[in-house]
Amino acid sequence: MATSRHSKKTAALETGTTKTGRPEDHVSSETEPNQPILGFTGWLRWTWRQVTSMRTALFLLLLLAAAAIPGSIFPQRSADPNGVTTYFQQNPTSAPVMDKFQLFDVYSSSWFSAIYILLFISLIGCVVPRIGVHARALRNPPAATPRNLERMPAFTSVEAGDSERKTVLSRAQTLLKSGGYRVVADAESVAAERGYWRETGNLIFHIALVGVLISVGVGGAYSYSGQRVLVEGDTFVNNLAGYDSFNPGIAFNEAQLTPFSATLEDFAVQYDLLNKTNIGTPLDFRAKVSVRQQGQKTSSQQVIRVNEPVEVPGSKIYLTGNGYAPVITIHDGDGNIAFSGPVVYLPQDANMTSLGVIKVPDAKPSQFGILSFFYPTVATLKTGALTSFTPEALDPVITMNIYKGNLGLDSGIPSNVFSLAVHGLDQLTGGKTGVKSIELRPGETANLPKGMGTVTFDELRRYAALDIDYNPGQGFVLVFALLALLGLIMSLVIPRRRVWVKLSDSGYQIGALARGDDPQLERVVAELALALEPSDPVVAADTEKDKR
Amino acid sequence: MKLVVLNEGLSKLSVLGIYAAMLLYAAAFVILAIHLSRAATDYKSGAVRSTRLETLGTWFTVAALAAHGLGVMGRAVAAQRVPWANMYEFSITGTFVVVLIFLVSQFVRKEVRYIGTFVTGFVVLILGIATNVYYVEVKTLMPALNNYWLLIHVTVAILATAFFNIAAALSITYLFKTAKWLIEPKGKIAETRWFKLLQRVLSRFPEENVLERTSYRFNIIGFILWSFTLIAGAIWAERAWHRYWGWDTKEVWTFIIWTIYAGYLHANATRGWTGKRSAWLVVVGFSAIVFNFTIVNLYFKGLHVYSGL
Repeated sequence: MATSRHSKKTAALETGTTKTGRPEDHVSSETEPNQPILGFTGWLRWTWRQVTSMRTALFLLLLLAAAAIPGSIFPQRSADPNGVTTYFQQNPTSAPVMDKFQLFDVYSSSWFSAIYILLFISLIGCVVPRIGVHARALRNPPAATPRNLERMPAFTSVEAGDSERKTVLSRAQTLLKSGGYRVVADAESVAAERGYWRETGNLIFHIALVGVLISVGVGGAYSYSGQRVLVEGDTFVNNLAGYDSFNPGIAFNEAQLTPFSATLEDFAVQYDLLNKTNIGTPLDFRAKVSVRQQGQKTSSQQVIRVNEPVEVPGSKIYLTGNGYAPVITIHDGDGNIAFSGPVVYLPQDANMTSLGVIKVPDAKPSQFGILSFFYPTVATLKTGALTSFTPEALDPVITMNIYKGNLGLDSGIPSNVFSLAVHGLDQLTGGKTGVKSIELRPGETANLPKGMGTVTFDELRRYAALDIDYNPGQGFVLVFALLALLGLIMSLVIPRRRVWVKLSDSGYQIGALARGDDPQLERVVAELALALEPSDPVVAADTEKDKR
Repeated sequence: MKLVVLNEGLSKLSVLGIYAAMLLYAAAFVILAIHLSRAATDYKSGAVRSTRLETLGTWFTVAALAAHGLGVMGRAVAAQRVPWANMYEFSITGTFVVVLIFLVSQFVRKEVRYIGTFVTGFVVLILGIATNVYYVEVKTLMPALNNYWLLIHVTVAILATAFFNIAAALSITYLFKTAKWLIEPKGKIAETRWFKLLQRVLSRFPEENVLERTSYRFNIIGFILWSFTLIAGAIWAERAWHRYWGWDTKEVWTFIIWTIYAGYLHANATRGWTGKRSAWLVVVGFSAIVFNFTIVNLYFKGLHVYSGL
């Protein structure tokens, strides 16, 4: 043994991949056999093969990615219905055309659905046959040793005497078995394979994705999402009439709403008034609710916070918004109470300057509407306009502009309670009228102009915007998603490789082949060669000398 | 809830750490760039000297990372929370992780060190944008972000981005190495000095298949982490926004990125799509990540409004 025992033949390829240096994972169904005449079934088979090919999957994935983009550019009815309304107002000509192409409902559109349904058909068509192939691979012994091991991406040839050659196959068998390989041997060679979990993981990943899709679909059908604005002291009763807005899934049944009631006892909001750069930043929202289930005499006290929904029978209550609701009482010109109660003001900026609308259709002698602003901590700008200094109600002030005239509430056309159509109404205070807007602090009363009565700002309350949601599918979605993640990790990090040891005329050869990316392939061959070296100290010392 | 006292002084000091890091990264960038061109010019005689330059450049990167780390930590201590609640903080922490992974992976795969010029240059650019465009004063967390999922979801997102980033650098190098106009140039361009230098520089980079494979390995780690980011985000969204998925703009782009990289993995198993085409997919995927972080954050309407600008 004058030269090195190990002669490497794989200069170009450091690690275990195919000749092109690329991972060749998955079942590639690119081979298209020559089919001179295609009958009807032939065409069907050809079509099916195209649909389930990797190339189609790749194409559909990229198409799906591209198709998702418009949904992030244009407002979507599902996520931002007000944005869609605004878009229609600003683009009255193009919006209806875009709507025809379902550009405001991208993710439920026919074209988006078509892509992902095709993708899943392709996925199922690709995965189902692979399950059979993999099951057979698991039952059958590893593939027989190829004739030319030299062609393998990782290869080593070792010189050895007859005594060593006699034992090398059985030793290789033991070593590979203890290394987790499935091994089969004949008189000339040992064939071993490991990493079957790689394909198992890949199949789990794809099947779990189907599970995710089904859970999303079925869960969505039985789900519902309802919104309700609740002022401190108010009670919500869980039935359809109790919601301000309600979005049910297609299979929703009213009987799904479990009877319970929830009262907003107190809503505490904490703002940062300490750190200079941070003044007015909200720190914490705590909505204290008492929940009472039907048939129960006592109610349970619970606190809803952002990120901490409260579980009630059959659903969860989430805190999604907040604002101020000043309690206002209006006596009309005859001295009768024409309006009384909390008014929900909508926040307009970070300092909670809020806009409120009051409609007083029953006032005598004339009905009127009020456009009102609320300033939690009032301050005056140089221009004389009012503004709010912090969102915390340190010095709360309400201003009111009165609009007299027919409010149009009797026409039968539904109108938005949060907006007042001032067109055709007679403005009596504020703006260009020359009469100063009405300004009120809590507890104060002011006279309305022209003997229309009085208005009182009784007290200040807060309101919480609550979301009551139910989705029976989400637990399943999570389980399948985690399963998919597990399968994904298995299919990407577990190496699948075949190793062969074969007797040659002057010793033996070791070859290895990986399916997919395998950074360890070369090392596996080198280490196996090292481990197969005889443990006889004389020979070992000899070898060591040779290496120098 | 206990009031947090923000430390503005320390916050200002931490910006100095970031500026120092930028200077050091810039120096490392220059040294590594000189190393590349020298190594290309003096193939043999310059080898030793250029190796010294490379070592020097690496040490500058290490020093920059130390200053960078101080900057990130200073910000975290000043705010008394994790340093990734707005775009400025996400940028400084994200780039820190990129450089950290880059330096660590040099020990595992030494061919990664060739992209040092790219990494340091890219980090200087991002830090420059972060300090000039994205900078906001230290603030407390808004209640929706004030949750342990911020730690899990964003940490993994940063890690995923870092792995994708390094993979993108490798794939871009691959595309240069295999570009026809560089290998078989036509016309006068081939005679110019800078062109020859570029050719020689590229010849110093690892073999195409090594670049491709290494990029693939960084990408699969990135993809696993990105999948986890998506799932963790959905779990958090269920608690914070009352639904696990609602096609919010950020959710849409997370999905788009995931789908592009899923396509990339399939491309690697499809004949005719390996090599250049899959490298281009990496470029497209990483562009989507950059787009998601910049344009989507700043100009798209959605629930992930945390730029603080």
